[in-house]
Amino acid sequence: MGDVLAIAEQRDGKIRPVTHELVGAAASVAHGLGGSAHALVLGGVGIGDGAGELGGYGAEVVRVGEDAALEGCAPETCAGVIAEAVASHSYELILFAATALGKDLAPRVAALIDAPLASDVTRLEVESGKLVVERPVYGGKAIARVGFAAAPAVLSLRTNAFGTNESQAEGRTERFAVVIPETVRSRTVEFRAAESGSVDVSEASVIVSGGRGMKGAEHWNLLEDLRSALGAQAALGASRAVVDAGWRPHGEQVGQTGKTVAPALYFAVGISGAVQHLAGMRTSQTIVAINKDPDAPIFAVADYGIVGDAFGVLPKLTAEITALRSEG
Amino acid sequence: MDIIVCMKRVPDTETRVRFSDGATAIDRDGVKFILSPYDEFALEAALRTSEAAGGEVTVVTLGDEDSQETLRAALAAGADAAVLLRGSVTMDGLATAKVLAGELKTREEQLVLFGVKAGDDDQQQVGPMVATLLGRPCASDVTSFEVRGDVVRCDRAVEGGTEVVEMDLPAVVTLTKGDFELRYASLKGIMAAKRKPLDVKDADLGPGRLVVERLEYPPERAEGRIVGEGVGAVPELVRLLRDEAKVI
Ligand SMILES: Cc1cc2nc3c(=O)[nH]c(=O)nc-3n(C[C@H](O)[C@H](O)[C@H](O)COP(=O)(O)OP(=O)(O)OC[C@H]3O[C@@H](n4cnc5c(N)ncnc54)[C@H](O)[C@@H]3O)c2cc1C
Ligand SMILES: Nc1ncnc2c1ncn2[C@@H]1O[C@H](COP(=O)(O)O)[C@@H](O)[C@H]1O
Repeated sequence: MGDVLAIAEQRDGKIRPVTHELVGAAASVAHGLGGSAHALVLGGVGIGDGAGELGGYGAEVVRVGEDAALEGCAPETCAGVIAEAVASHSYELILFAATALGKDLAPRVAALIDAPLASDVTRLEVESGKLVVERPVYGGKAIARVGFAAAPAVLSLRTNAFGTNESQAEGRTERFAVVIPETVRSRTVEFRAAESGSVDVSEASVIVSGGRGMKGAEHWNLLEDLRSALGAQAALGASRAVVDAGWRPHGEQVGQTGKTVAPALYFAVGISGAVQHLAGMRTSQTIVAINKDPDAPIFAVADYGIVGDAFGVLPKLTAEITALRSEG
Repeated sequence: MDIIVCMKRVPDTETRVRFSDGATAIDRDGVKFILSPYDEFALEAALRTSEAAGGEVTVVTLGDEDSQETLRAALAAGADAAVLLRGSVTMDGLATAKVLAGELKTREEQLVLFGVKAGDDDQQQVGPMVATLLGRPCASDVTSFEVRGDVVRCDRAVEGGTEVVEMDLPAVVTLTKGDFELRYASLKGIMAAKRKPLDVKDADLGPGRLVVERLEYPPERAEGRIVGEGVGAVPELVRLLRDEAKVI
C-alpha cells in the first residue's frame, strides 16, 4: 500500500518536462506513505525508449504502454487506457499535472475508476503519516485542506509548485499490452500552433505580463524584448483588459478566467492587480511590479516594485538583464 | 436542437471571502451570489445555437433553494426552462456529476454544455465526469463550436495552440472564455422569466468522499518593497533579483 502513480505527459513523442516535477512529488509522498512511486508513460511506438530516465526523478517503476493510437494522446482513448492501468495495481494516489491535458484527463479517469478528484493542488505532503493536500479555492482567496474517504484518490498538481529532484537512478521499465477502446466518438481534425517557439504561459518558469498600462498592441515589442532577454523558459502573459481589447490572444490571459500560473518569476507591467488577476498569479515565487501608480494594488503582492513609466523602465531593464546574462 | 446548460451559483468574484477559525465553509452572510462566470459563456453559447438552429435551452442546477434566483436570471437572459435539483453541494465533483448524470439520463437533449470550471471550488472536473458517466464524448476548454448535422465541431484552447475536435452527438462541451459574452437580460426577458417553467426536484447526494477539513487564508506574501522610482531603480532591481531572490 501507499504506492503513488504519476501519469507522464508527452507531446510529439517526447516526455514533457512537467512530468519530472510530477514524478518527484510522487516519490516524496510515496516515501512518506511507505510505498513506492510509479510512472505511467503512454504514447506512440518508441515513447518508452527514454522513459527509464524518469527513475532519475524518483520513479522506481516506469510502466510503458505503446500503441500508435496513443500518439496524439486523444483524451477519450487515453483515459480508458489509464483507468485499466490504474486498476491493475493498488494505488493510494494517482497524480496528473494540472496542465490543459492533465485537467482534461483527470476527471475522466476519476469517473471511470469511481475515485474522488482534487484539482490544482499546491501542497502535497505527508505529515506524521497523514496525507496533507491543499488547494486554492475562491480564486486563491482561501486555501482548502482536503482529505479523502476513499482510495485511490486522484490529484492534479499545479505546475511549478513542487520543484524537481534529480539523481543518477534508473527506473525499472515494465512494458504492458495496451487495449485500445473500440468506440471513440471524438477526433482531432486540426491543430493550429500558436506563434512558434513560444513557451506556454502555464508552464513557463518566467512570465512577463502586460496590462492596459502598455497602451496598445504596438508596444508589445518592449515586453517581447524583455522576455527574450530572460531566456528560452520565459513566456508572455496578459491581463484580461489586454485580451478583451484584442491586443493579445486569449491563451496568454492570466487570472480567474485565464490561466493559473506559479512561475519562479512573474513581471506585472502596467497591470493594476485586480483580484481576478491576482487569482491567477499570486502563488508565483517572486513577483515584480512596474506601475506608475504607487497605490496600485499589485504592489501589495509584489516582492519588488518600481513606481514608474513602463516605457522608460522596460528598455533599461532589458538592457541590464541582457548584460548580466552575457557575463554568464 | 435542444440543449442543456449545467450551471452553478457561486459567490461574486469581487466578494471578500470570510470564514471563522477551523471552518470548512465560508461565511455566507452579506455575500452576493452570481451565475458562475464560465457558465455564462455556456449559457450564451446555448442561446446562440438555439437561435440559429431552433430548439429549446434548459438550464439545470444542483444547489440550495436560493439557486432558483440564479435559474430565473438564466431564464430572463433567454433560456426556456429550468430544473433545480435541490441538495447540498460539496467539493466532491464526482458526487455532483453523478446527480447531474442521473438527471440527464432521463432526457433527450443531444448537447450538454458546462462551464470549464466553477468560480468557487475551481475544480474543473464536473463536465468531463458527467460525459464519462454517460459514455458520451467531451471536449473541454472550448472557445467556440458549431453543430453540423450529427457532429459538433469545437475549437479548444490548449497549450501551444488551438485544437479542432469533432464529436458525434450526443456530446458534452465545457466552455472557456472565447466568443460567448453573455447578453444582458431585457426588461421583457425578466418579465417573461416569471412565467417560464422551473421544476424543483430533491436530489439524492451521497456523502462526499472529498472532504474539506478546513479553510485557511492564503499565506500573506512577505511585505514587498518599492525598490525605487523610474529608470534609476532598475540596476538595484536587477541586483535584488540576482542576489536576493536568485531568480535570474
Ligand atoms: C468575472 C471576472 C473575471 C475576470 N477575469 C480576469 C482574468 O482572468 N484576468 C485578469 O487580468 N482580469 C480579469 N478580470 C478583470 C479585472 O477585474 C480587471 O478589470 C483587469 O485585470 C484589469 O486589467 P489591467 O490591470 O491590465 O488594467 P487596469 O486596471 O486599467 O490597469 C492598468 C494599470 O496600468 C498602469 N499604467 C498606466 N500607464 C502606465 C505606464 N505608462 N507605465 C506603467 N504603468 C502604467 C495604471 O496605473 C494601472 O494600474 C475579470 C473580471 C471579472 C468581473
Ligand atoms: N452544483 C452544480 N450544478 C450544476 N452544474 C454544476 C454544479 N457544479 C458544477 N457544475 C458545472 O460544472 C462546471 C465545472 O464545475 P467544477 O468542476 O466544480 O469546477 C461548472 O462550470 C458548471 O457548468
